[in-house]
Amino acid sequence: MSIVATGVTKRFGEYTALDDVNIAIPGGSLTALLGPSGSGKSTLLRVIAGLETPDAGDVEIDGTDVTGVRPQDRGVGFVFQHYAAFKHMTVRDNIGFGLTVRRRAKAEIRERVAELICLVQLEGLGDRYPSQLSGGQRQRMALARALAVEPSVLLLDEPFGALDARVRTELRRWLRRLHEQVHVTTVLVTHDQEEAMEVADRIAVMDHARLQQVGTPRELYEEPSNPFVMGFVGAVNRLGDSFVRPHDLELRPSANGVTHPARVERVTHLGFEVRVELEREAGGALLAQLTRDEADELGIAEGDRVHVAPRKERVFAGGAGI
Amino acid sequence: MRGRLALRFAAVGFLLAVLVGPLALVGYRAFGDGAGPVWDAATGDATLSALRLTLIITLIAVPANAVFGVIAALLLTRPRLPGRTLLSVIIDLPLALSPVVVGLALILVWGRTGWFGEWAIDHGFQVIFALPGMVMATVIVSLPFVVRELVPVLKELGTEQQQAAATLGASDVQILWRIVLPAVRHGLAYGVVLTTARALGEYGAVAVVSGKIAGRTETLTLRVEERFQAFDLVSAYTASIMLALLAVFTVAAMRLLNRERH
Amino acid sequence: MSRRRFGAGTPLGLGIAVSYLSLLVLIPLAAVAWRSFDGGAGEFWEAVSSEQAVAAMRLTLLVSLAAVVVNAVMGTMIAWVLVRDDFRGKGAIDVLIDLPFALPTIVAGLTLLALYGPRGPVGVNVAFTRVGITLALIFVTLPFVVRAVQPVLMELDRDMEEAAASLGAGRLTTFRRIVLPNLVPAIVSGVGLAFSKALGEFGSVVLIAGNLPFRTEVASVFIYGQIESDGVQTAAAVSVVLLTASFVVLFGLSVFERRMTRHAG
Repeated sequence: MSIVATGVTKRFGEYTALDDVNIAIPGGSLTALLGPSGSGKSTLLRVIAGLETPDAGDVEIDGTDVTGVRPQDRGVGFVFQHYAAFKHMTVRDNIGFGLTVRRRAKAEIRERVAELICLVQLEGLGDRYPSQLSGGQRQRMALARALAVEPSVLLLDEPFGALDARVRTELRRWLRRLHEQVHVTTVLVTHDQEEAMEVADRIAVMDHARLQQVGTPRELYEEPSNPFVMGFVGAVNRLGDSFVRPHDLELRPSANGVTHPARVERVTHLGFEVRVELEREAGGALLAQLTRDEADELGIAEGDRVHVAPRKERVFAGGAGI
Repeated sequence: MRGRLALRFAAVGFLLAVLVGPLALVGYRAFGDGAGPVWDAATGDATLSALRLTLIITLIAVPANAVFGVIAALLLTRPRLPGRTLLSVIIDLPLALSPVVVGLALILVWGRTGWFGEWAIDHGFQVIFALPGMVMATVIVSLPFVVRELVPVLKELGTEQQQAAATLGASDVQILWRIVLPAVRHGLAYGVVLTTARALGEYGAVAVVSGKIAGRTETLTLRVEERFQAFDLVSAYTASIMLALLAVFTVAAMRLLNRERH
Repeated sequence: MSRRRFGAGTPLGLGIAVSYLSLLVLIPLAAVAWRSFDGGAGEFWEAVSSEQAVAAMRLTLLVSLAAVVVNAVMGTMIAWVLVRDDFRGKGAIDVLIDLPFALPTIVAGLTLLALYGPRGPVGVNVAFTRVGITLALIFVTLPFVVRAVQPVLMELDRDMEEAAASLGAGRLTTFRRIVLPNLVPAIVSGVGLAFSKALGEFGSVVLIAGNLPFRTEVASVFIYGQIESDGVQTAAAVSVVLLTASFVVLFGLSVFERRMTRHAG
């Protein structure tokens, strides 16, 4: 089911967390809200859930205006960064909570909870308490709890932020597969561009309380609409007024009129990829990414003088800095 | 090593002299003529009616302060509540009050010449020299304990679980009963135990408002003093032992709850 | 459309809390303040500056100070023994510390009088003396310093002391220069609470003091006497002074604690 936010503004005292945000999230998609901390992405998610009331603007879920509706009545599933596990309840009771407060029949709850325990792969752990689970297991329990009430949209606030790197990677893939099975409209807040690129089919980049750009991961990477987006979704070099990705920098042994002379400061071999740190003679550092074969062909070494030219570059109106 | 032993003996000796010795002696003296007189004093009509009155007052004051404590603690931990500091200062105020001042304050409001006194008496509501005044006095002196125990626990609990419950469809009442109260139950119980101890043992405030009418407005603590002044030491000691036993139960409950909490 | 927000129960709760506090705390205290100024500032001043009232307040201050000084030293020592020492029966002593919190104050006074009174077995008689009052106050305020210092001492990093020892500091120097400065905030906070409690204490001193005006009459006992003998205005005036003093102590303590936590953060 689709989510549409129109002109949403939210202030906390003097601080503006959301400034006239407009976004349409198509039904069935998995959209990432990506941005640095303080960009307003979590606030937007909480406004969609009804946990915050916007100062201005409206939120629609599946074509119905829910702006004044309490979180209880929105039919959303919300997953918190720190799990928000009900510590005094077992895994089973946590997952069944939404159904229990809706006074569903005991047998129905038992059946549905068993189903969800399978779905999130917590078999055999139903009678444990949250304190007896690992972080990854707790978060899967929280997901099952949110899914139990068959929400029209699933909202995840930095769900993997408190987990260590290995578990995080596993859970991302798992979430992707889960979304393919369940197909509920999902919005995921993250500050990690790699996570957004890997999991989401659409990304909305936020910065300074404003929405910067919405698109597929590829669109954002290839056609960023401003320097912030370009820099946030990948590494970037500044060459005069233009912006160049490190792998779009060409290194040549000789000048050809459009090249910039630079000195090689450091060469790092990362297996297939070779990273070259350069200092332009006109001033300013550059980073180039070469394949191992390209680097071998150039015979590049620290202290060499090379000539740099962009294979592909972007120039933004106004030429604003990053 | 010698320094450590000296410290140990100084600390233990101090506690023996100040705490254990006096209590042990009261027990010893009370049973000086055997258990018979103690049993008679403990089961005498006056003692039993004093005990009954103490329990009645406690059973009204403690639930009242528990309910108020939950409400106030929820308010004090709500983000962006206007006037929160003022509310917190007023709740702590009874800690700075002498029990005698509490009694005086109630007389000045509900006594015959007090602000509401005449009106209350005209409407058949006798506060001073009666149960309502004694209950009010007890409620006031034991008012802050539940709040003070709950506020840190609620702060630590945070609001995320409540928000999670809300997104899952729980109403405010369901959130309170199913999430908040179970999560803070140990802190609440601890606060209730402290309140109970204070309510059972209050003397000064109750002494001022009760009028000490034997058999009618005499609580167990008032009876201790009254029997002592009447040179009936066995009865005074017996009532003291009853109160001390209640205190020991209280301390045991505090211990158990503290272990549960950590 | 009305915008119902999360936590909609707030106004109802606030209404209940404010009514409860008004009825039980604010209105009664206002009545005390109002009654103390009933005859104008002149009468208030007359009441609190009468010789007997001044003597009672001075004595209260004196015995409260004496009691908290003893408890500051002994309380810190007991906390130290409970945390750092180990011997049979330590658990029982730890439990014992809470007893004065739970024991009715009148019982505390009675038991002290039994052991240290006129017919006590140890041959000391502190009944009707200032020492007796101080002893009662020590009893009822005993847990405050112990319970404030104990957790801090438990958290205190032993490495610091070992480092000081490795640098050649003796045990006393280590305690004075390393441990004690870390305990001071806790000791102050325990002493402050104990002092505020001692200022208004009534039940435990009423039997032991004998209430001889000018000699063993503390402020709370003076107030009680005035209520009994229809000196309500005087009682109210001294109550206001007593309450203010106690409140200032607690308020100063919260300012001090806030400053200390800011220091630590």
